[in-house]
Amino acid sequence: MNDTNNSFQLDGEDLPFTPGQTIMQAAKAAGVYIPHLCWHPDFPAHGSCKLCTVKVNGRFGSSCTMEAQAGMTVENRTAELDDKRRTMLQMFFVEGNHFCPSCEKSGDCALQATAYELKMMSPHFDMFYPDRPVDASHPDILLDFNRCIMCSLCVTASREVDGKNVFAMGGRGILGRRIHINSESGRLADTDFALSDRAANICPVGVILKKRKGFAVPIGDRRYDKTPINEQVKEPTA
Amino acid sequence: MTFELETATSPEKLRRVAIDPVSRVEGHGKVTILLDADNKVHQVRLHIVEFRGFEKFIQGRPYWEVPVMVQRLCGICPVSHHLAASKALDMMLGVKQLTPTAEKIRRLMHAGQILQSHALHFFHLASPDLLFGFGSDMAKRNIVGVVAAHPEIAKKGVLLRKYGQEVIRMTAGKRVHGTGSVPGGVNKSLTAGERAELLKDAYQMVAWSRDAVGMIRQLFEQNLVEYNAFGRFRSAGMCLVSPDGAMDLYHGGLRARDADGKTLFDHFNYGRYWDVIAEDVKPWSYMKFPFFKSLGPDDGSYRVGPLSRVTLCDSIPTPLADKEREEFMAFDGGSATGATLGYHWARMIEMLHAAETIKDLLHDDDITGGDLMATGERQERGVGVIEAPRGTLIHHYRVDENDQVIRANLIVSTTHNNQAMNTAVREVARQYIDGVEITEGLLNHIEIAIRAFDPCLSCATHALGQMPLEVAIVGADGTVIDAATRDHRGLIRDVS
Repeated sequence: MNDTNNSFQLDGEDLPFTPGQTIMQAAKAAGVYIPHLCWHPDFPAHGSCKLCTVKVNGRFGSSCTMEAQAGMTVENRTAELDDKRRTMLQMFFVEGNHFCPSCEKSGDCALQATAYELKMMSPHFDMFYPDRPVDASHPDILLDFNRCIMCSLCVTASREVDGKNVFAMGGRGILGRRIHINSESGRLADTDFALSDRAANICPVGVILKKRKGFAVPIGDRRYDKTPINEQVKEPTA
Repeated sequence: MTFELETATSPEKLRRVAIDPVSRVEGHGKVTILLDADNKVHQVRLHIVEFRGFEKFIQGRPYWEVPVMVQRLCGICPVSHHLAASKALDMMLGVKQLTPTAEKIRRLMHAGQILQSHALHFFHLASPDLLFGFGSDMAKRNIVGVVAAHPEIAKKGVLLRKYGQEVIRMTAGKRVHGTGSVPGGVNKSLTAGERAELLKDAYQMVAWSRDAVGMIRQLFEQNLVEYNAFGRFRSAGMCLVSPDGAMDLYHGGLRARDADGKTLFDHFNYGRYWDVIAEDVKPWSYMKFPFFKSLGPDDGSYRVGPLSRVTLCDSIPTPLADKEREEFMAFDGGSATGATLGYHWARMIEMLHAAETIKDLLHDDDITGGDLMATGERQERGVGVIEAPRGTLIHHYRVDENDQVIRANLIVSTTHNNQAMNTAVREVARQYIDGVEITEGLLNHIEIAIRAFDPCLSCATHALGQMPLEVAIVGADGTVIDAATRDHRGLIRDVS
């Protein structure tokens, strides 16, 4: 074991950390992949997807919100945890309308790539088929809420980086909770949202899309075609 | 075409034989036959039993998603839908001319599709009937039987299909359901490595395709009377042709001739297909019945697909296929050009044309070019027409100012051939089933007529082997007199 106080065990390996770092931040800095969807290195942890759940000293905890502590023992890619993650992924898939075969984000989608990483073979549960709208009113950007996983990264990016507050999370329950557009009409066209906004470039799935660009990148050249998501952990936006 | 056996006068007094599902076709179909106590045929209908709904659920989707989404109509010929949708959306985007690379890559993709689909259709689905006989032992009458009895023929069929799939993979990104064609162009061209890999086998594919044409010709010669008469009927036809009247499976104007060979329209701009084609509805079928407006719904039905294309074009722009076309047209005084089984011969001529086209395109440097996309002035609507393996395929979309599809209309090959297929099965029923005791071998004759056209309504790629089949003979009082099932292994069980 590392002789400093600033290390913990992750899947049997010593992992150094800087005080104040979460387990997720320390793992990413060390190039170790912990499956996640709602966490982004540039933003405060949201802790909503629960995919990054690890076992800390035998108890479940979200690695994106739990601070690393010296000497703790963390389990990450165990059969038990990956099985639970697979189940959570299946819930994500059935709660929305995720039709990868015709989705332009296929190959670039963190949800799909994570499902491949965790070897999810089917949705398992009955599909909810929620009635979610498509907002095509903006001249440059399409919003397809069928694929939203409520990670709220767009809400945070628009508020924290763009200073626009274009998006907000609202409603209750699995079918009621959704992203709202902050305009009188509720349409994206009536906001000052722009292609250059950080929020326009942060969606991990296929909700916020640049219009008329779909399928421009051929199969084989898309983000996760050559390098699986677990090997992209060192990239700044992963 | 005949409507004689379409509707019986007193169906309640007749017994019903159902072939459900029709096996060894690409899609799900059902045939019902109504017979009286003396086994006289009173009614024969081909039903296409699937409802797909693509025209409805594509509404509201962004237009650039359409070529990828609609190709899911089919697991066998998705490229045709992929390209027809792309062509329609090219028109919507105001793109009048693709870049040379984009057009040639799309043509290459399409030729790969024609090659693989025709090989599958002929070798895997139809050849067991032709090689073993229409009423032969059904345990052997499948591709596995062909592998056992004629391994060289089966091998060529499998490898021809595989090569076509490789062409598709390298142009579209995947063997099935790729993304290569996008509105306005393509998203990739061939790399030098891909081009070299395909060129390695290109000449072998041409040679094997020639062998296949020779094989169906030989079968015609050996069974001339039966093949010529089998399900024969007179019919109008339609296909795309290039400006010089030659066969063009990717693009052109519409040509139609009536059953006497008189031209109804020629080089017609398919962007206004509704001026010459309308669709009739019948109460007993979910599938519409298209007809030429100038002839009306009763006389205006027509055939599309290989037989129409090979017989209506003035020439084929590749030399070996054109020579075979001339021989096909001249064979036995032109008798094969009107035979339902002539579809298979024409299909193999087209497969040869596709193999030659692939070989020629692979020698064209444009296929490795980098200029992939073209632009134009946006329109409200777009129509794309292509000659899919089974016939003319029409895609028509309207797109609003927000880039969402607001209307879609698809007329697929099988819909064009709906009346023709019904007529063919009625002719076969009249020839083989009328007044005799029904056997599985006789019912297979009905399926052989359908396989000549082959409905293109696949919802997924089929597993190799026998489709399950259930035949029930129901008495006039509704009781089941006799019934038998064939399971997925081809085993028959009497379940009466």
